[in-house]
Amino acid sequence: MLKARLGALAATVASIPITLLGLALVTFFIGRVVPIDPVLAVVGDRAPADVVERARIELGLDQPLYVQFGRYLGDILTGNLGRSVMTSNSVWEDITRFFPATFELATLAILVAAILGIGLGVLAATRQGSWVDQAVRVFCLAGHSLPVFVLALISLLVFYAWLGWLPGPGRQGIIYQDMVETRTGLLTLDAALAGDWPAFWDAVAHLIQPAGVLAFFSLAYIARMTRAFMLAELRSEYVTTARAKGLSRSRIVWRHAFRNTAVPLVTVIFLTYAGLLEGAVLTETIFAWPGLGQYLTVSLLNADMNAVLGATLVVGLIYVALNLLADLLYRLMDPRTR
Amino acid sequence: MTTRRTLMVASGAAFLSWDAVIRTAHAQTPPGIIVMAKQIDDMITLDPAESFEYTGGELCGNVYQKLTTTPNDNPSRLTGDLAESWTASEDAKTFTFRLKAGQKFASGKEVTAEDVVYSLQRVVALNKSPAFIINQFGFTKDNMAQTIRATDPRTVVLTTAEPTATSFLLYCLSAAVGSILEKAVVSARAQNDDWGNGWMKQNSAGSGPYRIVSWRASEAVTLEANPNAANPAATRRIIIRHVADPSAQLLGLQRGDYDIARNLASDQIKGVSGDNRYTVVSQRKASLLYVAMNQKNPILAKPQVRQAIKMAIDYEGIQRNIVPSNYAVHQSFLPEGLPGALTEKPFKLDVAAAKRLLAEAGHPDGFECSFDFFSGAPVGDIAQAVQANLAAIGIRPRMLPGEMRAVITKTRARQHDLALLRWGSDYFDPHSNAEAFSINPDNGDDARNKTLAWRSGWDIPELTARTIAAVRETDTEKRIDMYEALQRDHQQNSPFAVMLQEVEVAVTRNAVRGLQIGVLSDRTNYAAIAKA
Repeated sequence: MLKARLGALAATVASIPITLLGLALVTFFIGRVVPIDPVLAVVGDRAPADVVERARIELGLDQPLYVQFGRYLGDILTGNLGRSVMTSNSVWEDITRFFPATFELATLAILVAAILGIGLGVLAATRQGSWVDQAVRVFCLAGHSLPVFVLALISLLVFYAWLGWLPGPGRQGIIYQDMVETRTGLLTLDAALAGDWPAFWDAVAHLIQPAGVLAFFSLAYIARMTRAFMLAELRSEYVTTARAKGLSRSRIVWRHAFRNTAVPLVTVIFLTYAGLLEGAVLTETIFAWPGLGQYLTVSLLNADMNAVLGATLVVGLIYVALNLLADLLYRLMDPRTR
Repeated sequence: MTTRRTLMVASGAAFLSWDAVIRTAHAQTPPGIIVMAKQIDDMITLDPAESFEYTGGELCGNVYQKLTTTPNDNPSRLTGDLAESWTASEDAKTFTFRLKAGQKFASGKEVTAEDVVYSLQRVVALNKSPAFIINQFGFTKDNMAQTIRATDPRTVVLTTAEPTATSFLLYCLSAAVGSILEKAVVSARAQNDDWGNGWMKQNSAGSGPYRIVSWRASEAVTLEANPNAANPAATRRIIIRHVADPSAQLLGLQRGDYDIARNLASDQIKGVSGDNRYTVVSQRKASLLYVAMNQKNPILAKPQVRQAIKMAIDYEGIQRNIVPSNYAVHQSFLPEGLPGALTEKPFKLDVAAAKRLLAEAGHPDGFECSFDFFSGAPVGDIAQAVQANLAAIGIRPRMLPGEMRAVITKTRARQHDLALLRWGSDYFDPHSNAEAFSINPDNGDDARNKTLAWRSGWDIPELTARTIAAVRETDTEKRIDMYEALQRDHQQNSPFAVMLQEVEVAVTRNAVRGLQIGVLSDRTNYAAIAKA
């Protein structure tokens, strides 16, 4: 039994490098066939012919594609993701700067989305057809159908411009800029580690709006899925039996029905989290949040292929890791998979 | 025990604490600090020998001094920046510059001829994208020791390969690539033979009014006043925040979080322009929007067709309805503000005349062709208006929106029919645009010099010779006359319908004064910015 479980786990882990290799391969070749000359990103449109030619050779673009890919793969294996044209930094350095910003945002968003989404989903399912169910449905519909940039702009207009309850775009206020030593890249954590509580609260205040917008967007999906899963469970025979045995409503809902919905919900939440970690480009743009999504988009639009490939690999790694984690949790929570 | 009273007190305290946090975050920007909201994700380096983007050029312009410059109140007039005076030899090949005394770098060390020589030789040796502005005078890595030299601590001598118009050399030296760096600081950071380029990408070593404190790509740049600057800054610190979204810039300006917003859209500018809480600062930039017609397409190669397209475009209507604040109608290849710019506008919407010309060319029912353009605002909207204009005379453009670099890649490969493009001048001399628009020494597909004329397949040996003669003309007035004549011919015969000139508009809070926007990015001056 244990051997079989370990075997399944080993197979899953072994698939990771193959997945990443495939991702690198596809991204690399897509990057080479897009109708943008990568040399333009390096030397610009005005550079004389000799400068253009030199850049082409320096980038290795004069070599056949398979040689370029082989070199790139060799560099990745030695931990060298290359240098970004747009930022002049090594891509790894950029990722360690941009990813924590996205991680901080996505983690808060998914926590809020999961807690509220599950709560609302369960509430709607247990009151199916009532006004509560209708209200939750409308709320979720708004979250899921309103474009995220509209939500972001409305949020800025209401909570920042009109009410003045929350600060505007950016990760921190001007007076705290460059004041907190970067240790983890997570501003809230760095400020707390430094014991700089005003900077900590400032960072938290700046997080609320973008995280709130992303949470609203995500919770709509989580709530709808929770409701659907819960309804299926509440119609099950074991629930009828539990009712017949006189168990309390809350016990039936939370101890019996919800425990079974939690299993598929893990996948929903983890995939939503992976999507957020990939970077919410529009939210990051409107809230001037220097995250991975914005980095990836700007790099892509400027044909900064080292940055695109590096960031894509990181995103791929996140997806694979979260999938693996969801898989493990699934096995732990669902006795049928043991 | 928790009572209702303690709960109320705790809630009240939490509210007051939060209010304090928000008030700190929302307070007007601190005294002595100017906060500017700007799109800065175009910037890839701060090294003036390499920087060729708008934001990078603007920052270099505020961090470094050059030998010469042009004042914003009279951009055509050349004045000394670090140079006190200059003389040209009779053969117009040797130029001697005498440096001003007392010009200091941020480190406190005086600017010497040795620093000037090092900076210019560094540009030549590195040979990065903007180096051609300096290298076009014949400086090479092999001859730079002889052609760029110091004869004493305050005298620099430059020797050009060919007789050169003094104004041409001085305008080129006034470009950002001509910035003077502190040799001791930069050379100490050099690795291998990079001339300190790795370090200079993110740092500064200049004598301008500001120095770079930090640059975090796509996030913020912080500048601090250079205490030793000859032209001292009025504000201690400037923080430029990357705010990509114009709406977020406007909200921040209205809330008092930003003192200056640099990228508002036309409708937003219109909304604040009558409000006495804000000041609108605008300046025509050396940046043009034009339609290029590829002469490899035999239909577009017909002079009547080119003329018809120029007469079919509703220049005034497009400017008025789509970009009333951010563009002005302009129809010659030298933008207003550059020496020799022609402000005549010979073309206006005339559908009947345009149709007549098409019929003369043998296309009374029009024709179909591709139309590439950058899909972002406002260029995408302008492209749609041009499409509608052309449709009115029977031309049916197939709209091909794309990313800017994709469109440029396509035009560099001469694979377009029509393309709506933007062109910004590289340096202040008329030759910058003249070279791009009216020089094409080799129209072959494998030509090395891919000027805009080449990209449109425009074979112009006669115009090329006239343009080269203009750049070599040493008499400044005669030179300007030559450029004006070139532009008139170009307007009538070229495969370019120059439509609009960009107008940069910044909106500041009314307490903020002194922002000067330059015709070129590196002329945008922060030194006088201050708030009451």
